[in-house]
Amino acid sequence: MNSTASRHRTRAAVVIPLCTLTLLVFSLVSSGRSTVAAGSSAVPAHVDDKTIVHVLNRLGFGAMPGDVDRVRRMGLEKYIDQQLRPETIPDQGMTARLTSLDTLTLNSRELAEDYFMPAQMAQRRARQNAAAQPTESATGKREARTPEHAQMMQAQRQVFADLAQQKILRAIYSERQLNEVLVDFWFNHFNVFAGKGLTRNYLTEYERDAIRPHVLGKFRDLLEATAKSPAMLFYLDNWQSAAPEGARIAAPNTGHRAIPSNPRRPFRRPGQIGTLPRQRTVADLPPNAQNRKPRGLNENYARELMELHTLGVDGGYTQKDVQEIARAFTGWTIANPRQGGGFVFDPRMHDDGEKIVLGHKIKASGGEHDGKEVLDILASHPSTARFIATKLARRFVADEPPPSLVDRAAQRFRDTKGDLREVVRTILTSREFFAPEAYRAKVKTPFEFVASAARATAADSLNAMPLVQAMRELGMPLYQCQPPTGYADRAEAWVNTGALLNRMNFAVALTEGRVRGARAAQPSRGQSVELARDEIVDEVLAGDLSSSTRETVAKASRPSQAVALLLGSPEFQRR
Amino acid sequence: MISRRIFLKNGGLALVSLGFAPAFLARTVAAADARRRVLITIFQRGAVDGLNMIVPFGERAYYSARPSLAIAAPGRSPDAAVDLDGFFGLHPRLAPLKPLFEARHMAVVHACGSPDGTRSHFDAQDYMETATPGVKSTQDGWLNRYLHAREHQAATPFRAVALAPQLPRSLQGLEPALAIGQISQFGIRAAGTGDMVQSSFESQYAAAADSVLHSTGREAFDAVRMLKNANLGQYAPANGADYPRSAFGEALRQIAQLVKADVGLEVAFAESGNWDHHVNEGAAVGLLATRLDDLARGIIALVRDLGDRMQDVVVLTMSEFGRAVVENGNRGTDHGHGNAMMIIGGPVRGGKVYGRWPGLAPEQRYEGRDLAVTTDFRSVFAEVVRGHLGLTDTRPVFPGFTAQTSLGFL
Repeated sequence: MNSTASRHRTRAAVVIPLCTLTLLVFSLVSSGRSTVAAGSSAVPAHVDDKTIVHVLNRLGFGAMPGDVDRVRRMGLEKYIDQQLRPETIPDQGMTARLTSLDTLTLNSRELAEDYFMPAQMAQRRARQNAAAQPTESATGKREARTPEHAQMMQAQRQVFADLAQQKILRAIYSERQLNEVLVDFWFNHFNVFAGKGLTRNYLTEYERDAIRPHVLGKFRDLLEATAKSPAMLFYLDNWQSAAPEGARIAAPNTGHRAIPSNPRRPFRRPGQIGTLPRQRTVADLPPNAQNRKPRGLNENYARELMELHTLGVDGGYTQKDVQEIARAFTGWTIANPRQGGGFVFDPRMHDDGEKIVLGHKIKASGGEHDGKEVLDILASHPSTARFIATKLARRFVADEPPPSLVDRAAQRFRDTKGDLREVVRTILTSREFFAPEAYRAKVKTPFEFVASAARATAADSLNAMPLVQAMRELGMPLYQCQPPTGYADRAEAWVNTGALLNRMNFAVALTEGRVRGARAAQPSRGQSVELARDEIVDEVLAGDLSSSTRETVAKASRPSQAVALLLGSPEFQRR
Repeated sequence: MISRRIFLKNGGLALVSLGFAPAFLARTVAAADARRRVLITIFQRGAVDGLNMIVPFGERAYYSARPSLAIAAPGRSPDAAVDLDGFFGLHPRLAPLKPLFEARHMAVVHACGSPDGTRSHFDAQDYMETATPGVKSTQDGWLNRYLHAREHQAATPFRAVALAPQLPRSLQGLEPALAIGQISQFGIRAAGTGDMVQSSFESQYAAAADSVLHSTGREAFDAVRMLKNANLGQYAPANGADYPRSAFGEALRQIAQLVKADVGLEVAFAESGNWDHHVNEGAAVGLLATRLDDLARGIIALVRDLGDRMQDVVVLTMSEFGRAVVENGNRGTDHGHGNAMMIIGGPVRGGKVYGRWPGLAPEQRYEGRDLAVTTDFRSVFAEVVRGHLGLTDTRPVFPGFTAQTSLGFL
């Protein structure tokens, strides 16, 4: 505990001199604490409101009224530690809110059978009907809209709507705030775009099964989960990448088990055999997948795997490495995407020759294992440790994270073999995280802005769909970031004139009740709007407002307008 | 001055033949230097396949490299390339642009691109927008550096506008630049008390110690006031211009609206996405064709709509890199190198495909696989900045770069 004690002493010592007179006065009035106690105490329970709000803004999506007191009672150290172990935090309220979104628990095959395929068939029938009756409707659409068709299309859209709503509901209401921040972070890191073909059909499964279970686990596991996810295989085209002409290809597999058809092929490790029977084989592939004869390498996944998922663009790789990795991943494909099939290794597509990846030799005849070997190489590469540490530090600390912190987080990544919980812990308990330079250093992304506004106004029951729509207007449509880079995590991407006006407009619409279902200005806990206004000032913003913001809020013609002016204020745009 | 006279002769005829009002000829002479020049940049994000956009149908190697994707030479098929100069042709979906080329209002620079060999979208877009290939630490974009080099007193908040939800890298930097999704939605919308809410926000941001939010806030409210005064209302495009109902078409329509509103627009930016065709790219029909159709219909609508104002407008297209010469195994193309850019407008010395053509035979390719770059994209940018926008010393805009002799398209 000694190190903890000294850390808190250091932090308190640096925070206090920078506090404004206003804040000190405010702190005295609001909490009855003395500045002497705050300055000399090393116990987390004695941190000021600003520090608690800082933590709530970074570990989660901002403070809800009551949160500051709750964290103060619990102790900051304990709160951070608990957030790092989300499995220990009860979250029944969250589960209850999600029960009505009933597509969230379905697997991709069920979604395909119950939603996507019926919609597709209905659409085809509608087109055929339209072709039989060549008169076009008034809208000029070539599809005859039957009630059945409309219903099927609506059902299909519901899958995506459920997913988008759960994302925003979890950000607002989950007690496991850090976990939700990290799911958002890692989805964005391993971004896939809902608008690219069948990617959309796999999104529910992708976030739930590939991303969510691993955000505080081992990076290597997360990496493989994404590499094998149909969403990623489809989005970055690997499912269609096949051995180039003239490459060495394993003979077609005729058995029902994925045993190597080449008798001379050595097994790489004895332990590998045990994993084989669970694989699906080519014999399981449906006919149309077998008839498809893709040939030729597609480098898309290989390149982004290094540039965006692991090493970073300056991580030290060449075009040759891209090609070699693309060869290694040939045959990592999707069993039958239209029917929601899962990952399968297809040896007929695989280039079974030797590969050299970043100086490592991958022996010939490795089959599916080639890809795993590449993931091993990449996950343990020092550039990956640094790249991931930098991105996490950027999310939690500052757009240009302190190099000292990045160094330590990268070191922790290497020491723990990519244990993400420990890397995040290193960042969240660092002096850099608590340094005064980090306070309000980050501009909220639109997602953080919307979620924090909903939290600040503490609307009890809330229809998330209007908030999903608002994300589009704010320039950050959920699951619809097209490039594999994901959305930017830097202020300059989000601070521009149009975006700023949009935020102010969102604040106004939310409080006027124009964002349907999210009537922020009429909290359902029986509070007055005046109370909501005061809670935002005192708790959510820790009383740290410019005199101009205070004046405009005081002059507002009605309390709901005051709340709008707070949510649209410069202070609320930062975290 | 020679170029301008040539334009008046050729351009006048051409515009008339396209159905534009000829009245501008007189006005041009009277006010040539008083009016503001406008540059409209179009970024084709995702790396357009330049070899199928501006087709080198005279190259045998083109056809052997692309068995399923090649566009037929003119006359060889109903959906063949549209001949430009006997060697290059437009993709058939770009046919609407052919009259502009014939009227010499459209030039192409082929085999154009970056001296940096990256095949990463992210890096290459960054390099193109900062115009410092290979240098990642550059903070500002080339268009913003131009604005800075040509600072002037009369600058309005609408001097530089991106019709996009986010400000593109090209426009980021010291000088104010606007990002607008929808000009009709620009402003504070509050029931009954909009003005009061707006002035409250305005004073909050004016007082913000936070310099980023402070200056962005000020720009925003200045712009809102100006647009309100311009009183745009319902917009009806002129000359029967028919913009495609796409985000791109919508962006161009609004750019035209701002040009005509005389709000001081000098540099505009529009995006056209979805060019990354690794799979099923298609040839005369298909994914690429659909995107090119949107591009061509957007540009031609803009040209028609702006009518005689095109006299002062240059449209410049760009994309981060080209695509591999040889098609891949999925009837698509992977990331490549050299590409083509289009320059369209009244001041352009068009009717020509500029740049040295390196050939497509395997030994002529960059790294054995891609169209080689013979013209640095900054040469094109610099010529636009100098020849159209009139900045004589382009060095501050393109640090560390000295353009060779100008290509001559402006």
